[in-house]
Amino acid sequence: MNDSHKPFVAAGDIPPSPPPSSVVGPVAWMRENLFSSIPNAIMTLVGAFIIYSLLASVIPWLFLDSVWNATSLGNCREIDEGACLAVIKERYLQFIYGFYPEEERWRSIVAFVLMIVAVWPVLFAGAPRKMLYVSALYPAVAYWLIWGGTIWGPVGVMLGPVIAIIAYRILNPVLRGTSMEEGIAGILAILLAGLVLVLWWLFGVEVFDGILSSVVFIGLPVVESSKIGGFLLSLIIGVSGIAGSFPLGIALALGRRSNLLFIKAMSTGFIEFVRGVPLITLLFVASTLLNYFLPPGTSFDIILRVVIMVTLFAAAYMAEVIRGGLAALPKGQYEAADALGLDYWKSMRLIILPQALKISIPGIVNTFIGLFKDTTLVSVIGLLDPVGILNPIRADQNWNGIVWELYGFIAIFFFIFCFGMSRYSMYLERKLQTGHR
Amino acid sequence: MATISTSGDTNFRIGMLIYDTRYRSYTIQIIALIVFMLAAAWLLNNVIQNLADLGKTFGFSFLGETASYDINQRLIDYSSTSTHARAAVVGILNTLLVAILGCITATVVGVIAGVLRLSNNWLIARLMTIYVEGFRNIPVLIWILITVAVINETLPAPNQFRGADPDASPLLGGMLVLTNRGFYIPAPVMGDMSMAVVIVFLLSIGVMIGFRRWAKKRQEATGEILPMFPISLAILFLPTILVFFLLGMPITLEYPELKGFNFRGGVFMRDSLIGLWLALSLYTGAFTAEIVRSGILAVSKGQSEAAFALGLRPGRTMNLVILPQALRVIVPPLISQYLNLTKNSSLAIAVGYMDATGTLGGITLNQTGREMECLMLLMGFYLVTSLSISVVMNWYNERVKLRER
Repeated sequence: MNDSHKPFVAAGDIPPSPPPSSVVGPVAWMRENLFSSIPNAIMTLVGAFIIYSLLASVIPWLFLDSVWNATSLGNCREIDEGACLAVIKERYLQFIYGFYPEEERWRSIVAFVLMIVAVWPVLFAGAPRKMLYVSALYPAVAYWLIWGGTIWGPVGVMLGPVIAIIAYRILNPVLRGTSMEEGIAGILAILLAGLVLVLWWLFGVEVFDGILSSVVFIGLPVVESSKIGGFLLSLIIGVSGIAGSFPLGIALALGRRSNLLFIKAMSTGFIEFVRGVPLITLLFVASTLLNYFLPPGTSFDIILRVVIMVTLFAAAYMAEVIRGGLAALPKGQYEAADALGLDYWKSMRLIILPQALKISIPGIVNTFIGLFKDTTLVSVIGLLDPVGILNPIRADQNWNGIVWELYGFIAIFFFIFCFGMSRYSMYLERKLQTGHR
Repeated sequence: MATISTSGDTNFRIGMLIYDTRYRSYTIQIIALIVFMLAAAWLLNNVIQNLADLGKTFGFSFLGETASYDINQRLIDYSSTSTHARAAVVGILNTLLVAILGCITATVVGVIAGVLRLSNNWLIARLMTIYVEGFRNIPVLIWILITVAVINETLPAPNQFRGADPDASPLLGGMLVLTNRGFYIPAPVMGDMSMAVVIVFLLSIGVMIGFRRWAKKRQEATGEILPMFPISLAILFLPTILVFFLLGMPITLEYPELKGFNFRGGVFMRDSLIGLWLALSLYTGAFTAEIVRSGILAVSKGQSEAAFALGLRPGRTMNLVILPQALRVIVPPLISQYLNLTKNSSLAIAVGYMDATGTLGGITLNQTGREMECLMLLMGFYLVTSLSISVVMNWYNERVKLRER
């Protein structure tokens, strides 16, 4: 080994030594972010104490000392002193479905899975556009799955627009053939097609349903509204409210910014009225008063009434959010649309609304979150949403006096959904960011 | 393609109602008006028919009848022999009470949380984020139920204060008693001449406002700045304290005392009031924190740097440069949070606090069966409250609006 005496020759640069630990690393980070000054250090200690005391009380309660297997609250307390999660284990199905019949629960699961399929193309750009047809059909399918009955009723309702379009296709050439002026004929055809749609929905669907049901009966056992509850009910009200309030909110916002005095007055009046009263009074109207406004002898389902009220309520807030977006758009955009010769609806659809809606995404999603949280209010008028289902559970002798476990369970459910929605809104904002700022 | 009306063709054709922009808007509006009137007439007709079928009449005479139910938290005299109208007033005052208390604490909580969320202390900022996200993403109804449950489940019952060696004892030297049925605080007892103290205090508020105006004018005229805060404080409190002691302390405090199984004396705030107040404050506070944070972030950094470059001290930079600009962003959404808080206070019905919804829309409605009248009055009350707050907001917006050329 004669090369052991070879003189040292540096083959390359000596690697730089790491910066001193006072500049990088956890110590420096803590010095900068936690203990930069004396008040800061005090605040850190106070914060650490708060976190410690919260964790010290929650973790043993929830994880270490909790009881999963027990038959009653008393039994729980005998076993251990922590959370009595046995109540969740015993009743979680009730929290999900309410009193939905056990053998029919697969239907709501199918409806839920289909909901994910239906909202996918609406929410994410990557989905195939053809999927939107599934989304369009979804309301009828979900209604049929959840409430049951014959399939022909929902099918008849969904056939309505098809029939109206056919009526328009037939009426339009016929009317244009007469001596009427062309424009009037067109408008008349649209109005008549609309009339056909309303008449079909009012009378035709029932006849259609009756005839087809007697020929081929395809149906599911009926589940009454009073049996539907739990998170299922929250989702029904929340999702239909969201789906309904968005278009209605756009219409109201456009109405409020319209030049047509009467339309503007009506939209403004509606928005200000709804925003001026608490949702709970509107729910009282739904539960006690709405029947007064309908022809004698008619009454419709309480869940439907609540959905209508929640939709109207959210639509008013949505309208204000979208109006903010419309107002924030530079005036040049409106003028450019006019200069291109686009009419009102085209300029709105192609130029104004895409930009205005993009600006208002955070507000829109906040309204959705608010709507979803507000579904808990239906417990006040006696519906069995997760908060409403607490009463039957606590009325049970076995679980009388249990509090935190139940509230915590509901709170976590709502937190997951609402937090998820707010994260989605951030994703959407990033995706639509065209970067001209 | 839309045909352009040719010149010379002045004859009115019916098609022009749709194609001529001069007439189209009228056509649309008249159609809308007719549809609206028809719908309104249809609804009204249904109401009349339904009321007739049920043998009900429409009228507000039920307000004069005896309510015959009790209200356990009230600001004015009320007993079960009072009228429904009186019950409604008690409820409305209760709504206003919790709304005002809630707005004050929500602002305090929100400002503190919003500022702390921007703090460069990592731990505190994260803690505040957890607070804000937690409260914003869980329904307020659940928070109300939780806070009331906290009071009912964790605080001692009144009988635990009894005995020689009680399990629980009043706080702050007997001033504050926290029980699971509610909180007791000292009640002011107005002795002789106590009005004089109150009048002096009100007068000093007026004098203070006058002084501040004068000082501002003087500053604008001469450029001299007076130490506003200490002088204002002195004007506000010194005369009142002086009069208070000169008159021999006419206002005393009555402490709550344990008599029998319960406390007597002092002001009693029920568990439902405290729970509702606390939950609404924390819930609205989380939203307020976000508003405050975005308001502070909305003032660009150049503004504070410019102020420092001019040689303004940090306090004065805050008061004269940052706050006026941040407030312009903060105040409008803040006021709409106040509105939300007022409307959310109607959830009192879930915990049995007798606010306007609990009296007018709850027991009175159920006892008299006057759904339509009760709900009209109730909605009317909320509408008036909301609209008056909106008027204030618009006035403020107008006042602080940037005057652009």
